[in-house]
Formats: sequence, C-alpha cells, structure tokens
Amino acid sequence: MSKRSHRYGLIGLTLVVALAPLGFRNAYFYDVATNAMIQAVVCVGLNLLIGYAGQISLGHAGFFALGAYGSAILTSRYGLPSLAALAVSAAAVGGLAFLIGRPILKLAGHTLAMATLGIGIIIHIVLKTESWLTGGPDGMAVDTFTVFGLAVDGDRAWYWVCGGLLVIAVWLSCNLVNSPVGRALRAVHGSEVAAQVAGIDTAGTKVLVFVVSAVFASLAGGVFAHKSGMVTPDIGGFFHSIELVTMVVLGGMASAFGAVAGAVILTLLPQFLAGFEDYEAVVLGAVMMGTMIFLPKGLLPSLKAQVKRRMGA
Amino acid sequence: MSLLRVQTLSKEFGGVHAIEDLDFAVNPGTIHSIIGPNGAGKTTLFNLITGLYRPSSGRVLFDGADVTGVKPSRLAALGISRTFQNLQIFFNMTAIENVMVGHHLHLDHRFLPSLFRLPAVARADRALKERSAELMEFVGIGDCVGAEASELPYGALKRLEIARALAAKPRLLLLDEPAAGLNPTEARAIDAMIQKVAASGVTVVLVEHDMKMVMGISDHILVLDYGRKLAEGTPVEVRANPLVVEAYLGVGA
Repeated sequence: MSKRSHRYGLIGLTLVVALAPLGFRNAYFYDVATNAMIQAVVCVGLNLLIGYAGQISLGHAGFFALGAYGSAILTSRYGLPSLAALAVSAAAVGGLAFLIGRPILKLAGHTLAMATLGIGIIIHIVLKTESWLTGGPDGMAVDTFTVFGLAVDGDRAWYWVCGGLLVIAVWLSCNLVNSPVGRALRAVHGSEVAAQVAGIDTAGTKVLVFVVSAVFASLAGGVFAHKSGMVTPDIGGFFHSIELVTMVVLGGMASAFGAVAGAVILTLLPQFLAGFEDYEAVVLGAVMMGTMIFLPKGLLPSLKAQVKRRMGA
Repeated sequence: MSLLRVQTLSKEFGGVHAIEDLDFAVNPGTIHSIIGPNGAGKTTLFNLITGLYRPSSGRVLFDGADVTGVKPSRLAALGISRTFQNLQIFFNMTAIENVMVGHHLHLDHRFLPSLFRLPAVARADRALKERSAELMEFVGIGDCVGAEASELPYGALKRLEIARALAAKPRLLLLDEPAAGLNPTEARAIDAMIQKVAASGVTVVLVEHDMKMVMGISDHILVLDYGRKLAEGTPVEVRANPLVVEAYLGVGA
C-alpha cells in the first residue's frame, strides 16, 4: 500500500474512532468497542509478523496475557505506577520474545507454528498453576489505571484511551512498513534468498518483527487488564491465539487496516450470535474457512482489488 | 590482482560432484562468462560464490580476502551482488520497492528512526525513490515504475532483478541467464546494458546460453562440463577449441 493511501486510511480510521460513539446507545457499546480496539492493537502488531514478514505465531495470546499479568502484578503487589508497570512488562515480554525468537524463527511453516503454539501453551499453564503469583485459574483483580494522579475510569474514558492507542499503533505500523526496515521484512516474505543477497540480515529481521509484535501484544494486554479490572489465565489460552490469527487473516494480511477490520468484525460477531452461544466456535470456524475459500487475501485486500478492477474496466 | 579467485573448489551433493576441483580468476572491470551444458554446475558455482552453498572443499577469495562460507548478506556488504536464473522477485511489493530493497546496505535501517519516520528517514526515502526510478530507466523498464511487481511480464522481471542487483552498488555482479526467455531484440538490449555496467567499473560474471551474447560481449570465457573446467580463454580461443565444440557448441557452431 502506498504512503498516500496509508495517510487517507489513518484519517479515515481516526474519523471512525471519533464518530462511532454517536451511534452508541449505552455503556455496553463503549465496552464492546473498546475490547475490539484492544484486540485490534494486537492484530496490527501480529500483522507485521504474519502479513508482512510472512511468519506465523500461534502463541501471541501468551504475550498478551504476560503483558496483562505483568501490569496486574507489578501495580497491585509491588506498587509500581501504572505506566511504569506497562513499560516494564512490555520490555520484559520483548526480551522474552527475543530469547525465544532467536532459536525458533530458524524454523518455518508448520514447525514454526508448532513451536509458537507450544510457547503459548506453556505461558497459559504457568499463569494457571503459579497461584501464589497469578491467583491461579480464578485470576486476580487489577488496580485502576492512573497517570499523573488522573484515574482512567469508566467505559467512555477507556474508549478514548484505546481509540488513541489504536490510531498510534496503526500510524507506527504504516511508518514501519514504508521504511527501510519494513521493506526488509517484506523482502524476507517475498524471497528470503534474494533478501540475503541484497544484504538483509534475514534472521535478525525476523527476530526484530517477532519482538515488535510481542511488545504490541504485551502493551494491549496491560491496557486490557486495567480496563477490565481483572485478569484470568484464559486470555492467554490457545483459543485466543487462534482468534488473533483469524482476525489478521480474515481482515487481510499485509494491511494494518485489514487487521483492524478483522479484529472489529470478530469481536462484534459473538454479540450478534448471542442467541446461539453454543455454536459460536462453529461459526468462527466457518468464517475462517469461508474467507480462505472465497477471499484468500482477506476482506480488505479483496475489496480493494474488486474496486481496482471495476475502476479499470 | 584478480577481483575474484576460486581455488580447488568442490561441491558434492550426496556423492555427486556438482563442482570438482575448479580453479579460475576474474580480473576487475571485465566481463567473464561461464558456459556449459545444462547441469554443468554453473548455478551451483554462483551459489558457492555468493555464500548460498558452503563448498565441500576449496576456497573463494574476493579482493584478496578469503570469503569461503561467509553469509550472503555479509558478501553483499563486501560488494557481491547477483541475479537468479529462476526469478527471485519480491512479488509482495511494487516494482520500484524491489529496487529500493536493493539499496538496503546503503540506507539507515535502524529501527526507531524507521518506526517514527523521522524527517531524515522520509527525506532519504524520497531520494531513494528517485534513484531507484533512474535505475529502472537504465535497465529499460522506466514505464513500470508505478506497477506492482506481480503485474510485470517476464522480460521486465528479468531486468527488474538486474536493477535491484545494481542498486546495491556492487563491485562484482553475477548475472544468471539474464537473457533466458527473452526474444532476440530484448537480448541485444541486455547486451548493451551489460556492457554499460562493465564500462562503469563493475566486474561482471555472466552465465548464459545465448551464444551471441556470450561471444559478443565477453572478455573471457570459462567452459564447464560436469563440474570441471573444460576450457578457458577469449571468445576466439574458446570457439576454436575442439573439446568445447564437441561437448557444447556442437559441430558447425
């Protein structure tokens, strides 16, 4: 995507975030929208890894959960200020992703999927069983988010905070994609051999994008913890990891806006399917299959191609 | 002194000698062609020189330094660039972005300036775009500047790879069958382009089956057969060599 369409996209996204509350009828709308935007931040980061660099992770919910628990534990048990806890957790998760990334990103395709899946499962189990620190399967309560004495409280306040974060996340992602670093990571996807021959440290590039996407997930997790007021191990579970990948693939790989669209759609979908709760997972699977069969490039890129074809014809 | 020197180089794949005990040297500023029947080991040799394969034995010297087994990205930084016989295009990018990636080594690719798109990065990117468009013009695909790589025809993709390789400002450029699949007119345009590149001081090593190209522009030719050196010399010498005629050029060539 060109720089100009990125700029229009960012303006469009900002407008949507700013104007959407006009259609909100009650606090519940704010809450659902906020959840969607938090997932979207994770997806924007994950899309750098999956969509642009062509790698896969089935364990990103683990990084999300670590960020959430990091914020929860550091603020409530160690009395760290909210922002500091967020930053420390993100740095720690980034460091962990770096250590894990070096060996496992040598793998590709199925084996990389398996390895990241394993990481996610390990994180989930640790969070569930180390009760002395995490509160075990019941989770733990999280303090209010306070910045410079100001508490972020209430659904509306959280909506605006998360909306701002999402716009910033998309902005950073667009910057990165159209930079030497971003072109290097797309080159790794396009042809690893050609990227190496062009002087790109492909192994280092993969680790970098893995760390960046993990940090995005961790920050989103921290915000989610404060916003929800409590965390449970399930946010780091396998199902959440799969959901995140589904969002990226559904919305459209290699498009930050597609990732946002995917996150919003898949967060809203259960609201509409509330009537047949038991079949939610079935519908999710069907959506994934349908997308792969009919729109293999995902919603947004497919729509864009359609428009381009229409205009060209 | 020779820019590239290969010493007793061998590469085995499960007992098959793809390259066996090969010695040759390439002088700076020349066009050096490598010819031979299919399976003679030409592409294997390229992969050994550019670090994609590790030799079973022997050495590769670049500008006097031993670079055997050095990573491709390090070799690129030293000034070795190449194209591929089976295209290795970044099809997920636009044509011009492919060339921009070629400049990678000469760019500021630190993470934070990129992430925040600092003014210096934005400025460098604009200048880079201009230079990349010029390179595309140079290889004859100036009209494809705005296109997606996936929309380009085969001949243009071949040239796009050359533009990308040149973007790295190499001292040694290895071209693997740049004329394959091109019609005679296109092939002659590639001839002229390679000569221009060589005239600008870049040493060119060329693998090619188009004999008109090889005989027309080479300063020196190395003939491979089953991974061994069959003959070596100027185009005139090689053409007159009975071994070469028998193994490769065929009677009457």
